[in-house]
Amino acid sequence: MHRRIDWPAHLVLLLGVALFAFPVWLVFAGATQDAGAINRGDLSLIPDFSHLGIFLSVLLHGYGEAGGHPAWRMLMISAGMALSIAVGKIVISVLSAYAVVFFRFPFRMAAFWTIFITLMLPVEVRIIPTYAVMADFHMINSFAGLTVPLIASATATLLFRQVYLAIPDELVEAARMDGAGPIRFLFDMLIPVSAANMAALFVILFVYGWNQYLWPLLVATDPRLDTIVIGIVQLTFGGFTLTPWNTMMAMAVLAIVPPVVVVVAMQRWFVHGLAEVEK
Amino acid sequence: MATLELAGLAKSFGALAVLHGVDLALADGEMVVIVGASGCGKSTLLRLVAGLEEPSAGSVVLDGRDVTRLDPAARDIAMVFQNYALYPHMSVFENMAYGLRIRRLGRADIRRRVDQAARMLGIEGLLDRKPRQLSGGQRQRVAMGRAIVREPKLFLFDEPLSNLDARLRVQMRAEIRRLQRRLGVTSLYVTHDQVEAMTLGDRLVVMHEGRPAQVASPLEVFSRPANTYVAGFIGAPAMNFLPARLADAGRAAVLKAGPVIAFADGPRAGRDGRALIIGIRPEDVTVLPEGAAQGLRLAVDLVEPLGSETLLHGRLPGGAAFTVQRAGMVRVGEEMTVGFSPASLHVFEAETGRRLEPVSLAPPARVESSAAMHGSR
Ligand SMILES: Nc1ncnc2c1ncn2[C@@H]1O[C@H](COP(=O)(O)OP(=O)(O)O)[C@@H](O)[C@H]1O
Ligand SMILES: [Mg+2]
Repeated sequence: MHRRIDWPAHLVLLLGVALFAFPVWLVFAGATQDAGAINRGDLSLIPDFSHLGIFLSVLLHGYGEAGGHPAWRMLMISAGMALSIAVGKIVISVLSAYAVVFFRFPFRMAAFWTIFITLMLPVEVRIIPTYAVMADFHMINSFAGLTVPLIASATATLLFRQVYLAIPDELVEAARMDGAGPIRFLFDMLIPVSAANMAALFVILFVYGWNQYLWPLLVATDPRLDTIVIGIVQLTFGGFTLTPWNTMMAMAVLAIVPPVVVVVAMQRWFVHGLAEVEK
Repeated sequence: MATLELAGLAKSFGALAVLHGVDLALADGEMVVIVGASGCGKSTLLRLVAGLEEPSAGSVVLDGRDVTRLDPAARDIAMVFQNYALYPHMSVFENMAYGLRIRRLGRADIRRRVDQAARMLGIEGLLDRKPRQLSGGQRQRVAMGRAIVREPKLFLFDEPLSNLDARLRVQMRAEIRRLQRRLGVTSLYVTHDQVEAMTLGDRLVVMHEGRPAQVASPLEVFSRPANTYVAGFIGAPAMNFLPARLADAGRAAVLKAGPVIAFADGPRAGRDGRALIIGIRPEDVTVLPEGAAQGLRLAVDLVEPLGSETLLHGRLPGGAAFTVQRAGMVRVGEEMTVGFSPASLHVFEAETGRRLEPVSLAPPARVESSAAMHGSR
């Protein structure tokens, strides 16, 4: 059937796209321009294509003269942190949701509510005690210190609990009659059946980990553990006579790329997993 | 292939007693159907046998071995679920092979068994499909295939056909029966559908509120229902019940609606005046010519033409509801006179609902049904 084009709807959509894309474009265009010009407020919306090399030089050398290190290192730290947090959160919350939903043990509901309450205690709230604990464990300035306190996740546990509760009892019983024990059931049934949800959650958690700022700032003062987010901020407060806006913007563009890649790569799963449970 | 004995099997969920002690023995290769209204504890009974629930009391003995405390997987029992419970992420082949893989059968063995079962069920062409790509009937077959490949001692079916449309249900019903005969696997089959129960079972267990109301062959259950519950549950349209009293030294009943009916098969025990319930199936009722001396006046208030027969619903003079089944399409007036042969009567004690047999007659089949009655009130 040939449908009429719905102009108003398209117009609204285009506006929405422009609204979201404009800042990204601005940063991209700014990265290719002269720092002095930006400081004067002469930010052009048209990129200077002869200066595209700045991305490569930021990636490989960073902001050399100020002693900054190459962006690729910081990107690696960020990626390592985001991956560890996302994977760690998923592993832990799958296990805890599995225990809470499928096993009957004393204080099961107490355990569940304890997990639930931690929803109200994100890192920002418990930052000082958490720091103290990390210090006692000598985990300051280590990769473990960067990731471990962020791994436990009430949100993910609750999500998986809902997913598992939606699994029909008969499926569980069929597996039991087929002789699947708890471990087999987890790996042969639960994980494959909720793979879409795990993928969707992975995307969200990866972005969450990637965007961490306060905790890395506090726990990892060693420049070798600087994440890309920290790196960008340091350019602002780095004691430069002239804030290197173009370098900063180039770094910001580089910092956007990995989460975008993750979102695009998992897109199919992402939409599917948030919308439904495979029946 | 094996025998199954349930002894005093009971189950309570907290304060709610769902099963009050079920005794049942299945012979090798026998198919017993448990039939009853929704919520009477049929599934619970099946799940106790499967080991998916722990009984509050009683035992399950499979092939001479007490399996009451065993894990479901260790019992060598396969179950077909109402919603099929196929593994959604596995292909049909993997669904059927999963239980065998866990039991560490060789690849070649698994292949052979799955292929054989698939051929038997006519699903050879579907082995690579996922459950969501199958129709309801096909899923049903896969669920059966998954049970068959295990080659278990016992099959359990929990309303396996209730999610299918009417035509498919009839077809699958016949197929299950053929398959069960062919494989000779002892089976326990749960349904709320009496037609399914009558056609599938070597014997029926009519369940009522967590107790077997009668355990007998389908024919026996139909022709000699052990109590008013069974009489009303089995047979469609349902049996008519007429209040009456014993008379003539136990040789007759006086209907509340008027007439006196002499028992054809012998006197009943008890003093005259004992309260009775007389059961008569709608298909045993005949319409008498207008002005017949004997018979009951029926005021018809609803006519249901079903094609091959017509159902007439109405009320007797005493106010009791009464249904008549007549062959073919008939035209009827508002009033008619109906009668029935005394031989087609069922006599029940009003107080307990229990069937009253003639005193002189003690038919051999009585033993079984009275054993079942023992479990009831
Ligand atoms: N796990 C359970 N906890 C509490 N009550 C239950 C449970 N399973 C079944 N019941 C109750 O037991 C009764 C019988 O259930 P069920 O055996 O499923 O009936 P049927 O299969 O004959 O329809 C119902 O009243 C039901 O609510
Ligand atoms: Mg049921």
